[in-house]
Amino acid sequence: MASDLFEAPDYYLVDELLTEEHKLVRQSTRDWVKKEVSPVIEEYAQKAEFPKHMIKGLADIGAFGPYIPEEYGGAGLDQISYGLMMQEIERGDSGIRSTCSVQSSLVMYPIYAYGNEAQRKKYLPKLASGEYVGCFGLTEPNYGSNPGGMITNYKEDGDHIILNGAKMWISNAPFADIAVVWAKNEEGRIHGVIVERGMEGFTTPETHNKWSLRASATGELVFEDVRVPKENILPNKSGLGAPLGCLDSARYGIAWGALGAAMDCYDTALRYAKERVQFDKPIAAYQLQQKKLAEMITEITKGQLLVWRLGQLKNEGRATTAQISMAKRNSVEIALKIAREARQVLGGMGITGDYSIMRHMMNLESVVTYEGTHDIHLLITGLDITGHSAFK
Amino acid sequence: MKVLVCISHVPDTTSKINFTNNNTEFDKNGVQFVINPYDEFGLTRAVWLKEKQGASVTVLNVGTAETEPTLRKALAIGADEAIRVDAEPTDAFFVAQQIAAVAKEGEYDLIIAGRESIDYNGGQVGGMVAALLKWPFINACVGMEIEGDKASFTREIDGGKEKLSAPLPFVIGGQKGLVEESDLRIPNMRGIMQARKKPLAVKEAVDAEAKTKVGDFAKPEPKGAVTMVDADNMEELVKLLHEKAKVI
Repeated sequence: MASDLFEAPDYYLVDELLTEEHKLVRQSTRDWVKKEVSPVIEEYAQKAEFPKHMIKGLADIGAFGPYIPEEYGGAGLDQISYGLMMQEIERGDSGIRSTCSVQSSLVMYPIYAYGNEAQRKKYLPKLASGEYVGCFGLTEPNYGSNPGGMITNYKEDGDHIILNGAKMWISNAPFADIAVVWAKNEEGRIHGVIVERGMEGFTTPETHNKWSLRASATGELVFEDVRVPKENILPNKSGLGAPLGCLDSARYGIAWGALGAAMDCYDTALRYAKERVQFDKPIAAYQLQQKKLAEMITEITKGQLLVWRLGQLKNEGRATTAQISMAKRNSVEIALKIAREARQVLGGMGITGDYSIMRHMMNLESVVTYEGTHDIHLLITGLDITGHSAFK
Repeated sequence: MKVLVCISHVPDTTSKINFTNNNTEFDKNGVQFVINPYDEFGLTRAVWLKEKQGASVTVLNVGTAETEPTLRKALAIGADEAIRVDAEPTDAFFVAQQIAAVAKEGEYDLIIAGRESIDYNGGQVGGMVAALLKWPFINACVGMEIEGDKASFTREIDGGKEKLSAPLPFVIGGQKGLVEESDLRIPNMRGIMQARKKPLAVKEAVDAEAKTKVGDFAKPEPKGAVTMVDADNMEELVKLLHEKAKVI
């Protein structure tokens, strides 16, 4: 793979809206991605293998729980810093960003927000340091967009619960040390339960033959009469709102992350278009290529302003689920369109692993579906503005 | 052991260089600034001294407020505190006098400067600081070990290496070799957060005079277009070299 020449676009001087600390967070993450991710990611994606050695590097740079307070091993940074980190890491690869999103927003966040002090102390420092990798079990084979219908359940048995059911499409599952699993109790109310690898009856078969997120490990979580201590139940929030709260945090990160993938595609296409000569001129001089590139930078710029404002709202605790849905949906949609257009600018070269574009494009086919599908996010906006639910 | 690391705030190596004001000033517009790479090797070596030998590390820059992000980055990498002498760094002698004043006041045991800064490439500050303080100076330093009040050094010389020793305090002009490129540290998030709480003192400049003044700058001529000559057509090649390129 060619060396990583990435230069971030900033057409509207959005950098002036960031603090010096934000810029240092972004630059440090970018430097790390250029050093550790770019040189090897294509090879891992081609092999369909998760680069496990990156766990330590991600932990060292602080990509696991950057907004979790320092006393629990996080960095205590704000939400814009978290977003910028996700942007830079997904600029490298959506699969690596997925690992960070899951660890930070779907495992550390619920333990921090819904767990008790003993659970926080037990798990969060190890998750922040990468000693533990976590995964998040909500989606089931028959319950994707409708997670409230889940079948996974538990029954009480003294100071334990007996957990049964199965979860699907779980990032990090094949090697995760712990899983935050959402299951119904005997009254049918959803609770979060921390399941540890090694508990009898708990298995994590890997999902093979993916054409997308190939450098990320995906699997199932299968529970057959798994005895889990009651102290592993997250006590401070229950009901569907609990897992959806985690998704708000992860989707927020994706809204920034997908823009990173879009920036990488745009940057690659722009550089290629200036260098590639046809009919004695760089192809950047032709109107059809300029249309593609001009539309790309327009959409990236709009997206940058949207996520920056969303970050401000999130810092103030005012970002709504519907606002986050809009940003996630928009960023992923424009990233996919930009990836497809950028691939065309590169012609045949665009389909090769010498460039990152097609890998981003294939990754984004997962990103547009997970954490709330493209259609569901539209309906969340629809519900928010009309007051009518069109889900059922 | 108190270590003072001098940090220059320089344009990133990929920056496009332009000048303004009739070519008398560097155009900072759109330029990203970084820690001078030679200083970064020294900073990393200093952080090792902190981690392995319990040193305290102070980073110092002579510059205006715009250099503070560079000092914060040095703090995020591991320095304990930062000092900025609030002045436009007009020339090497001016800067050296400021550094010497800070060094005297802070009673440092050693000063690590870079061999040169990659913006103006003067390579004078370290030597001048050592002269002002009457301390030994080891330039082009690629290795440094400290034991008690003595230090041994390796420096790069033409076609080889020179090993020497000196008592503390001393000044070095460091470069790659003090640590390797793979040892350089990217600030992590916890470091960035901690940097927020570390002291960054702003000091008034001492009275000092610049000894030199910039006239103007000139950029190298842009590369001309390539003319392809058929490998068999030597006559044409010679003619072009003689008449057009005027090199033979």
